[in-house]
Amino acid sequence: MPDATVASPLLEMRGIVRSFGAVRANDGIDLDVQAGRILGLLGENGSGKSTLMKVLFGMLPPDAGSIVFRGRPLAGHRPAAAMAAGIAMIHQHFMLIDAMTVVDNVMLGWPEAGRVLRRAAMAARVREASRRFGLDLDPDAPVASLPLGRRQRVEILKAILRDAQLLILDEPTSNLAPSEVAGLLAILRRLRAEGRGIVFITHKMPEVLEVCDEVVVLRAGRVAGRTPVAGASPQQLAEMMVGRSVAAAPAPAAQAPGAVRLSVQGLTAPGLSGVTFALCGGEILGVAGVDGNGQIELAETLAGLRRARGGRITLDGRDITHASAAARVAAGLAYMPADRAHTALVRSMSVAENLMLRDSARPPYARGALLSPAGRRGRARTLMGEYDIRAAGPDTPAGRLSGGNQQKIVVARELDRRPAVLVAHQATWGLDPGATRFVLDRMLALRDGGAAVLYISSELEEVLAIGDRIAVLADGGFAGVVARAAADLPQIGLWMAGRAA
Amino acid sequence: MTEFLAAAIRIATPLLLAALGGILSERAGVFAVGLEGMMLAGAFAATIGAWAGGSAAAGIGLALAGGAVIGLAVAVVAVRWRADNMVTGLAANILALGLTSYLLRVAAGGGGRPASIHLPLLGPWPIPVLADLPVVGKLLFAQPPLTYLALLGCVAFTLFLGRTQAGLALCATGENPEAAFAAGADPLRVRMLAVIACGAVAGLGGAVLSLQQVGTFTDGMTGGRGYLALASLIVGRWTPFGAAAACLVFGAAEAFELRLQTFGVPVSSYIVQMAPYLIALAVLAVLGRSARLPAAIGRPLEQ
Ligand SMILES: Nc1ncnc2c1ncn2[C@@H]1O[C@H](COP(=O)(O)OP(=O)(O)OP(=O)(O)O)[C@@H](O)[C@H]1O
Ligand SMILES: [Mg+2]
Repeated sequence: MPDATVASPLLEMRGIVRSFGAVRANDGIDLDVQAGRILGLLGENGSGKSTLMKVLFGMLPPDAGSIVFRGRPLAGHRPAAAMAAGIAMIHQHFMLIDAMTVVDNVMLGWPEAGRVLRRAAMAARVREASRRFGLDLDPDAPVASLPLGRRQRVEILKAILRDAQLLILDEPTSNLAPSEVAGLLAILRRLRAEGRGIVFITHKMPEVLEVCDEVVVLRAGRVAGRTPVAGASPQQLAEMMVGRSVAAAPAPAAQAPGAVRLSVQGLTAPGLSGVTFALCGGEILGVAGVDGNGQIELAETLAGLRRARGGRITLDGRDITHASAAARVAAGLAYMPADRAHTALVRSMSVAENLMLRDSARPPYARGALLSPAGRRGRARTLMGEYDIRAAGPDTPAGRLSGGNQQKIVVARELDRRPAVLVAHQATWGLDPGATRFVLDRMLALRDGGAAVLYISSELEEVLAIGDRIAVLADGGFAGVVARAAADLPQIGLWMAGRAA
Repeated sequence: MTEFLAAAIRIATPLLLAALGGILSERAGVFAVGLEGMMLAGAFAATIGAWAGGSAAAGIGLALAGGAVIGLAVAVVAVRWRADNMVTGLAANILALGLTSYLLRVAAGGGGRPASIHLPLLGPWPIPVLADLPVVGKLLFAQPPLTYLALLGCVAFTLFLGRTQAGLALCATGENPEAAFAAGADPLRVRMLAVIACGAVAGLGGAVLSLQQVGTFTDGMTGGRGYLALASLIVGRWTPFGAAAACLVFGAAEAFELRLQTFGVPVSSYIVQMAPYLIALAVLAVLGRSARLPAAIGRPLEQ
C-alpha cells in the first residue's frame, strides 16, 4: 500500500457547504483524494455523501468552498466541464435515457463518439469493453428492456470508457449480484493500479474492507472521522458511521409456522416457468438468486402488476390469481418494489402523500369521502419519527430525499399496513447498516405477529440471515428450497450458478 | 391521377416543413402547439420580405426570421419561465394572428385597410434529365424550390436526429433532462434553441403558402394548417419520414375533397374538411401505445 506522504493530491475539496432550505446537507467538508488510491466515503442515510459528490461533479453549485482538481481550480462548473477535466461519475439513481439503446447512452455527451456519431465503431468498443470487463452488454439493447442490474452495468461501462482520472461511484453495488460485485471490485483495483483516483460510496463493510485504502465518514453533513482501512474492523467502521455500536443481527428464533397464508401453484408468466410454494403465517421465505432470473416477474405477478399466464395464487384461501392490484392490497397483500424511482414512489409527490398512497381511502388519511390533510400530515410525522425518515418535513417532495430515506418511505408505508402477506423485493436497497438492521427487525416482528413474508433479495447474506427457509430462483423457477438450518452454501451457490442466466 | 397526386404533394409541402420544425421542438421536450402562429408569422414575413426586398430569397430569409421570433417568444415563456406549453403555444398563435393582421395594415400606410401585395409565384425548377422521365418526372422532379427543400429537410433532419451528437443531446433532453445534464448537455440551451429553430423551419412552411402557392398574404391565411402539421408529426411518430407520409395522406385527403367539390358530389364540405383530423384520430387510436411521446415532454426543467 503506498503511503499518503506522496505529492499533492489529485483532488482537494475545502470547506464545502451546501444547504437545501433549512437542511445543511454539507456543512464545511474537506476531502482529499490521491491518485492511485480508493477512498471509501461512508455515512448514514442522508449524511450528505451524494450531495458532496454532486457538488464535485458540477450537478449542484455549492454555497461555499473550493475545489482543486489536478492543480486547477474547479468552480462554477457543470458536468460537461467536470468530465472534460477528467472526472466520471456513476450516480446513485441511474442517469440513463430509457428510450435509447446502450450504445446511444454511452455516446451521449462523449466527445470521442464524434460530432457525427460513429455508432458502429462505438458499438464495437462497447462490445469489446463489455467482454474485457465481463459485463455482458449488448450495445443495441434498449435500456428500458434491461433489468436493474444490467442498467447498473451500463453506468459502469459508461464511466470506464471515459477513461477518467477520478472516478466517483455512488452506491454502485446495490443492484449487483455478488459475482458482479466481485467483478466490479476487480475493475476498481485495476484502475487503481493504473494510477486513477476513486471515490467509492457504499453501505457494505465487506466491500470497504476489500478494496478501500482509507475511509472518510460523514455524519450530518460533517466529517465524523477518517481512517486508513488497514487494521480496521467492520464493527469499528460501522460504529464510526452510526456513532454508536451496532450489534450483529440476531439469529431469528424459528417458531412453529401457522396456517398457509400465501399459496402459489405452478405460476407461469413471461419469465416465470412454473413456480410453486406455500408460505405460512409466522414464516419468512427468503428468495436468493442472481438478479434477472425472474425476481421482478415473480414479485410483480404476485402484486398484480403483471398477468399470470397459468397457475394459481391464493391468499388466506382466496383465489387472487386474476384479482387487480387494488383488490390484492385490500385483501392484505403488501408489496415493496425494487424499482424505487418508478414503481415504489411518486417522486414529485410529498413524503406524506407517498406514505398514504395505499390507504388513502381509510382513516387517518380520509374522513368520509374527503382526504384529510391534517390526518395525513400527523400520520406522516409519526411514521417519519418511527422509521427515522430524514426530510425537511412531511410536505417535502419524495424525490428530494436521500436515496436511503426514499427507501424508508416505502418500507414504512408497507409495514405500517400490518399486512397478512408481504412481498419485499430488495427491501434494504441503499439503507445504511443501522437502518438495514432496523428494517430486518421490523420484518421479524411482522412475522412474529403471524404474517407471511416473501423476502426477495440479491443479497445472499441477508436472505440467509432473515429467511426461515431459503429458496433459490434461477431461470424463472425455484432451483431448490431448504430450511435455513439445513442450508449449505456450496449447494446454494450451485443452484444459483447452475441455472443462472 | 398525376394531377391528383400533384395536388396532394402541393398541399403536403407547407405541412411537412411545419411538422419538421415541430419534431425538433417535441423531441426536445416542448409541445409544438405554437406551429400555427409560427407558420403565420413566416407567411407574413415572407410576403413583406419579397415585396420590400424585391426577391424571393429576401422573402425566405425574412420568413425564417419571422418564425424564429415567435419561436423565441415561446422559448422564453415556456422554457425559460417554465410556463405551461399548451397555454403558451395557443397564446403565441393568437398573438401571431393579431400581430400579422395589424402589421399588414401598417404596411399599407396605417389606414384601416390591409396592404394588397401581389407577388410572382415561385415557379417549378425542373431538374434536367430527371424531369423528362415519364409520370414521375413531372410529379417529383419539376417542383418549386421550397418543395425540394422540404424533402431535403426530411433527409437532413433524419441524419441530424439519428447520427449527430447534437441530435442525440436534443432527444435526450426530451426524454430525461436530468440525465442529459449529467451527461454534459445543457437542457435549457438545447430546449431554447430547438424551439427557436422550430419557429424558423415552420416559418418556411408559411413561406410556401405565400410565396409558392398564393402569392400574397391574407389575414389568418394558414387556416389551421399548423394544427394539421402537429397531428402529422404525432401520426408520423416524431420521425421526419413518418411525418412526411402523414402529410401526404392529409394532402391526399384534401385533394380528394377538392375533387369531390369540382364534380359536385353532394357531400357537405364540412364533413370532408374533417377528414384529415378523423384520419389522425384513427391512426393514433390504432398506433395506441406504440405512439410513445418523448418521456419528459411538457415537463418544465428543474432549476
Ligand atoms: N434536491 C434536494 N432538495 C432538498 N433536500 C435535499 C436535496 N438533495 C438532498 N437533500 C437533503 O440533503 C441531505 C443529504 O442528502 P444526500 O443525498 O447527500 O445523502 P446521502 O448521504 O447520499 O444518503 P444515502 O445514503 O441515503 O444516499 C438529506 O437530508 C436530503 O434530504
Ligand atoms: Mg446518496
